[in-house]
Amino acid sequence: MNAYIEPITGRYINLKIQDVPYRIYYEEAGQGVPLLCLHTAGSDGRQYRALLNDEEITRSFRVVVFDMPWHGKSSPPSGWEREEYRLTTEAYTNLIMTVARTLDLENPVVMGCSIGGRIVLNLAMQHAEELRCVIGLQSSARLHPYYDTSWLHHPDAHGGEVCAGIVSGLIAPQSPDNDRWETLWHYMQGGPGIFKGDLYFFKIEGDMSDKLDLIDTAKCPVYMLTGEYDYACSPEDSRAAAEAIPGAELIIMSELGHFPMSENPEKFRTHLLPILKKILAAESR
Amino acid sequence: MKIEALPELVNNDAALLHRGRYLTTTFMLEIGDKQHIVKIHEGRITDVTVAGVMPTWIFALRASADTWKKFWAAVPEPGYNDILALVRFGRMRLEGNLQPLMANLLYVKEVLASIRKLEVK
Repeated sequence: MNAYIEPITGRYINLKIQDVPYRIYYEEAGQGVPLLCLHTAGSDGRQYRALLNDEEITRSFRVVVFDMPWHGKSSPPSGWEREEYRLTTEAYTNLIMTVARTLDLENPVVMGCSIGGRIVLNLAMQHAEELRCVIGLQSSARLHPYYDTSWLHHPDAHGGEVCAGIVSGLIAPQSPDNDRWETLWHYMQGGPGIFKGDLYFFKIEGDMSDKLDLIDTAKCPVYMLTGEYDYACSPEDSRAAAEAIPGAELIIMSELGHFPMSENPEKFRTHLLPILKKILAAESR
Repeated sequence: MKIEALPELVNNDAALLHRGRYLTTTFMLEIGDKQHIVKIHEGRITDVTVAGVMPTWIFALRASADTWKKFWAAVPEPGYNDILALVRFGRMRLEGNLQPLMANLLYVKEVLASIRKLEVK
């Protein structure tokens, strides 16, 4: 292989969310319609590495991916050592909208996976007028806890190894080994208690079951894509959510799991490209 | 029984032995009404036997014979590809002291999945 440099730019942005300063890392590539991408719980923006390198997408979209505070190369805020990290709907929503406004992402498409797939539903409900549409990957309104999350941050188990061990089965058996293990590597690198703190939003605080019918898909269309091998957010969970949102479109993706953009980018893009084409077509009308 | 192939499948896999190098334990694997005791010493499978009277184990994985059959398919169907998938849908029970399991989760998952290689052959 010849050495080459990817067409991705990475920078740090300093901003305030409710008077608290944050230093946030983000990457971007391409130009056109802003496409803001949200990573899963306990991971970081590297999950979208293939999308940022996909010329068919970056030709028409300005793809922006940021690491949430506490994740990837973004710092935790000052004083983090004296608090237990717990993500909430309000904090997550403020974070995304502040990043979008600060980076001048006008009327963006917001695509999120897992916790990101949940929060885009809240964005569609609360910020429809600022968004072009949302794409929810592995979206659900709520989840049933199926394991004891205290193991994710416990001195009797290595945090990185146990987080990867917990999510490894969420990847489809058909996904290529290199992308499977890169996806797990991101989990192995998460800070102590961060995956668990994200799951506080995902499994406890961020239940949207009673609010989905407040989403107006005429103002903010909702597209949903769910991999069939995901048992955290199963196809049934996505179906229940899609049925509760009038006008939402759901596609179940075969041979994919909980991390479609990271575990098997080649297969994922065959499902994503038609949606992006549809978004561009709506643009030119 | 397929699980009798575990020592051969695991002990010849250097990467897997490295992953489990700090695990010494005994666990019980229940397939329907049959219980099997699997002994591990520093990542090596040293013994797989049908449980006698009063078996002792540290942690147990219990599921029906049909569930294990689907779990061990060369390409398992959704909902059967991982022990946590089985737990999620109520098809498996994990019991006992789960600390050695959780601290070595990738290793134990890979040990159990190694039996799928028999299907591919």
